[in-house]
Amino acid sequence: MTPVPLEHSLLLAGTLFSLGLLGILVRRNILFVLMSIEVMMNAAALAFVSAGSRWAQPDGQIMFILILTLAAAEASVGLALLLQLHRRFKTLDTDAASEMKG
Amino acid sequence: MLNLLFLVFLSPLLGFLILSLGRGRISQNLAGVIGVGSIGISALVTLGCGIQLLTHPSADGAYTQLLWQWMQVGSFNPRFALRLDGLSLTMCGVITGVGFLIHLFASWYMRGDEGFTRFFSYMNLFVASMLFLVLGDNLLFLYFGWEGVGLCSYLLIGFWYQDPANGSAARKAFIVTRVGDTFMAIGLFLLFRELGTLDIQQAMATAPGHFEVGSKTVTAIAFLLLGGAVGKSAQLPLQTWLPDAMAGPTPVSALIHAATMVTAGVYLIARTRVLFELAPLALHWVGIVGAATLLLAGFTALVQTDIKRILAYSTMSQIGYMFLALGAGAWQAAIFHLMTHAFFKALLFLSAGAVILACHHEQDIFKMGGLRKKLPLPFWSFIVGGSALCAVPYLTAGFYSKDEILWQAFAGGHIDLFLAGLFGAFLTSIYTFRLIFTVFFGKEHSAAHSGHGISYTLPLAVLLLLSTFVGGMIHPPLSLVLPAGPGEGGGEMEHKIALLSGTVAILGIALAGLLFLGDRRFVKWLNNSALGEPLGRFFGAAFGFDWLYDKLFVRPFLWFVRVNASDYLDRGIMAAAGSLQSLNGELTKTQTGRIRWYAASVAAGAVLVIAVAALT
Amino acid sequence: MILIWLFMVPFIGGLLCWQIERFGLTLPRWVALGTMFIVLMLSLLLWHTGDYSQTLLGGHGHWVEEFSVPWIPRLGISFSFGLDGLSLLMVVLTGLLGLMAVACSWKEIARNVGFFHLNLMWNLGGVIGVFLATDLFLYFFFWEMMLVPMFFLIALWGHNIPGGTSRVFAATKFFLFTQASGLIMLVSILSLVFVHYRATGTLTFAYGDLLHTPMSAATEYWLMLGFFVAFAVKLPVVPFHSWLPDAHSQAPTAGSVDLAGVLLKTAAYSLLRFAVPLFPHASASFAPVAMWLGVLGIIYGALLAFSQNDVKRMVAYTSISHMGFVLVGIYSGTEQALQGVVIQMLAHGLSAGALFILCGEIQERLHTRDLREMGGLWSRFSYLPPIALFFAVASLGLPGLGNFVGEFLILLGSYKAAPVVTVFAASGLILAAVYSLMLVQRAFLGKAKSDEKLRDLNAREVVTLVTLMALLVGLGLYPQPVLDISRAPMAAVQEIYQTVGHSGTVAADTATIITTAGAP
Repeated sequence: MTPVPLEHSLLLAGTLFSLGLLGILVRRNILFVLMSIEVMMNAAALAFVSAGSRWAQPDGQIMFILILTLAAAEASVGLALLLQLHRRFKTLDTDAASEMKG
Repeated sequence: MLNLLFLVFLSPLLGFLILSLGRGRISQNLAGVIGVGSIGISALVTLGCGIQLLTHPSADGAYTQLLWQWMQVGSFNPRFALRLDGLSLTMCGVITGVGFLIHLFASWYMRGDEGFTRFFSYMNLFVASMLFLVLGDNLLFLYFGWEGVGLCSYLLIGFWYQDPANGSAARKAFIVTRVGDTFMAIGLFLLFRELGTLDIQQAMATAPGHFEVGSKTVTAIAFLLLGGAVGKSAQLPLQTWLPDAMAGPTPVSALIHAATMVTAGVYLIARTRVLFELAPLALHWVGIVGAATLLLAGFTALVQTDIKRILAYSTMSQIGYMFLALGAGAWQAAIFHLMTHAFFKALLFLSAGAVILACHHEQDIFKMGGLRKKLPLPFWSFIVGGSALCAVPYLTAGFYSKDEILWQAFAGGHIDLFLAGLFGAFLTSIYTFRLIFTVFFGKEHSAAHSGHGISYTLPLAVLLLLSTFVGGMIHPPLSLVLPAGPGEGGGEMEHKIALLSGTVAILGIALAGLLFLGDRRFVKWLNNSALGEPLGRFFGAAFGFDWLYDKLFVRPFLWFVRVNASDYLDRGIMAAAGSLQSLNGELTKTQTGRIRWYAASVAAGAVLVIAVAALT
Repeated sequence: MILIWLFMVPFIGGLLCWQIERFGLTLPRWVALGTMFIVLMLSLLLWHTGDYSQTLLGGHGHWVEEFSVPWIPRLGISFSFGLDGLSLLMVVLTGLLGLMAVACSWKEIARNVGFFHLNLMWNLGGVIGVFLATDLFLYFFFWEMMLVPMFFLIALWGHNIPGGTSRVFAATKFFLFTQASGLIMLVSILSLVFVHYRATGTLTFAYGDLLHTPMSAATEYWLMLGFFVAFAVKLPVVPFHSWLPDAHSQAPTAGSVDLAGVLLKTAAYSLLRFAVPLFPHASASFAPVAMWLGVLGIIYGALLAFSQNDVKRMVAYTSISHMGFVLVGIYSGTEQALQGVVIQMLAHGLSAGALFILCGEIQERLHTRDLREMGGLWSRFSYLPPIALFFAVASLGLPGLGNFVGEFLILLGSYKAAPVVTVFAASGLILAAVYSLMLVQRAFLGKAKSDEKLRDLNAREVVTLVTLMALLVGLGLYPQPVLDISRAPMAAVQEIYQTVGHSGTVAADTATIITTAGAP
């Protein structure tokens, strides 16, 4: 089986990352923002994994596990924020929480 | 006796301290006794010291008393030391003697004034400072007294402080003289740099070896000292303060602005004679300044109406004579005239004070008139004092001194100065007797009541006596200090000059009689004529010096401080702070509080950084 | 050992003031008074016992009194103090004015008395530390330390003038100016230490070691400028002066006394102690610029003083003018001028301090400091106006008082070095007369606004002011004891100038000024 070329997987990771970023920029619903962040993280993880396989190093997969835990932590904090946002502002719109504006 | 010399200044100084600490607690009588008595003690000590100095003369005819070393910084070691020689003895005699009489008169004049104690404390401080000035054997010590008398002059001119006009006259006097003082201070710096000492005797001894005659440095020093002298002595171009200084009580005008302080400039130049002799140019200018001032003051006095201002201008012009004498090398004559002038000018001012008080603080001579019957003592004082001022031949003190000045100017070949002096004498006669004829003759204008009491009559009587030829007989013991002037023992020619100046004086008086006795038709016509009217105004404004200085110095100063009151430099710095603040305002706008915006800027930043990293 | 106590006493005393407030409101005042009294006595004891013919300034000789323990040995930082004639005089002045500052705030301060005195004591302690520290790190530590309490003194107990800027604004302005310039100095100190490290291989902050650090002319110039800016802001030199009037006009009386009397002197002291000895060549070539800055300060300060309506602002501007003389004197480098600088610092401390006390007393009674609302006060008090007249006259430099001796010596000495500068500086004498007499006129003379008598000075106030008067007269008539104490340090400074061949005559030459201004 020929390995998937690095360029292909990096291209895929880049596409996913861009889609995630785009999602953050255009969506105002905090749920979708969180999901977009997950996508971006997974894109980064994918890049690590493919790089690890390219150079046959275990580091890539270790980083994947790290990112996985990070994503889990992020999801829990993010969802907690979501609940708080909903409780305070009765909405899931992130722009409603722009109280820190200068 | 000589070792009690320090008492001469200590006694008035103590008087000042007692009066200023005890103010409000001591009665007017006691204050008068302390104020006058302290000067009396001082005068007696001066007398004793003088007698001993003259009867047991030392080799150089001087006595020095070291009080203490003021300071010692490297090679600069001024001392507080008193030096009594013929010159300072003469000055001390005038200051304490005439000063005592004026104090005595003032105790009558100022009676009942709520600031009586304050008045005498200032007066005592003045006498003490003036004695510092003449006794100090060091130029720094002299400067000490020099500034001290300036301060007292300020305090006394503004003595009636309720009226802002007095305050402004006082400030003007202090500041204008301070300009001169600053020149003098710079002169002292230069002198110290050159000679390494400010000790008068030492400096005068080393100066001839150090400087060449007419060298630039010594000329500069002499001119700077002259700057100090013209400030203090109200000579051109710093003369404008003296007429305004008449805002003070009349005894103050008599003591400070006629008899003593204003002659300090003459004393200074006489004291630093060696330097001026090394700088003939500066000495020549001393004479020119004197001549110019005496003419200017003479013309101005012709049209003044305030009795004290007339006397002030006459003082200015008499000091002009002293400067003229100094410039002509008639050193002894200058000091002699200083002394006689102190007698008759003090007399004139005191009797003017008596007149003013008798007329309920009226100072305009045209609102007085016919006072000779009501005020006999002031009248005779004015006659004698005025004659002395005009130098009426042989009878008056002023004649002996003024004639000597004119003769020596002539004999020394200073024909220009001589002619100026002669013409000045003519002017003096006119304006003096214009004053006398207007005030004491003619119709009675105002009700007047005469003063009485010993403190009123005694000073006037003594000064009256001294203003006659009796005063002219007193010869100040100057021979060891100052050189004889040119034309000593002139004989025939001197006699002619005396005759000439005497004639001029009498002519002036006669002309004044012609013009001002009677109904003064000619004067009225002259005042209204096309030429006379503007000229009169020009003279009346003292040749417009006040106007000129106002435009040149006072206005620009006031303009600048008004414009810059809020400190433009500070505004500059605050503008820098302000621009930071507005930058902050701009940047704050980017803090929208929206996550999408933040995420976008993070992404853009990352792209930018990576792009920069990749491309370089 | 006594040196440690000199600055520890105020620190401990301050803490005590703070805590003892709970037992009574006047107790902190007495404790503070006692503290400053102890400081003054300690310094007088040092004056009495020491032999002040020695100084380490300039690198020869030794300190009269010394104390040193390692602090951070790894970086060459030690906890070291040294005392010579110059620092002694400054410490005595600090003790004396500290005493006056406590006395004059007896009635004025009613809120948080304990904390107020804590700040005052700590500030004075910091000042004493600055005067004594001989380790540059320690010196910087104290330099910064005296700012914070001063900030609080202004911000918490200051006056808010209606229509003027607020006290917090003034405090912040003061803090930012001095802090920013202090940072520049820190950079200079660190650079100097590293330059020294590179040259010799030892890392040290000790003053004695850093003298004579070999460095290139350009480096020396830049480092000197770093120090100079910090001191110029504190002195203050025009154009860095504008924090001073604001700070003074808002500060409580004690703060003003402290600020004018002592804090400004730290700058002059530091110029003499650090800027000149550490960077002799650069200082000599910078001298003409510095002297002209001094002249600018003299004239600019005097002009602005004239136009102020707030009497405290006015006195603040006169301080700027007087400090200009100090700057001229320091950089002219002749013995007379340098000794004059010492006298001028002391005399200005006393006279400006007294004027601020008087301002406070007038404000206490009239509830205004606006000159336009005064006038005719002479008849409404019996003792205050003559005393004020005395200090106004002192400030215009009347002979017989300390300020005259200072100014005259400075000008006399500077004339040898730079005649043109001196002539311009001497114009300050005239301008000083103009503003001082204007102050007297506007406040005390003229028609009184009302006939109502005002409460005259009480015994405490009279004693305070009469003490200051007596000292000024003493300084004016017999300054020799002071001059003897400061002779060695000032001679050392003069020697520094001499060895680098600072001939002042160049200062008159405008061409030199332009070239040195453009240096390095």
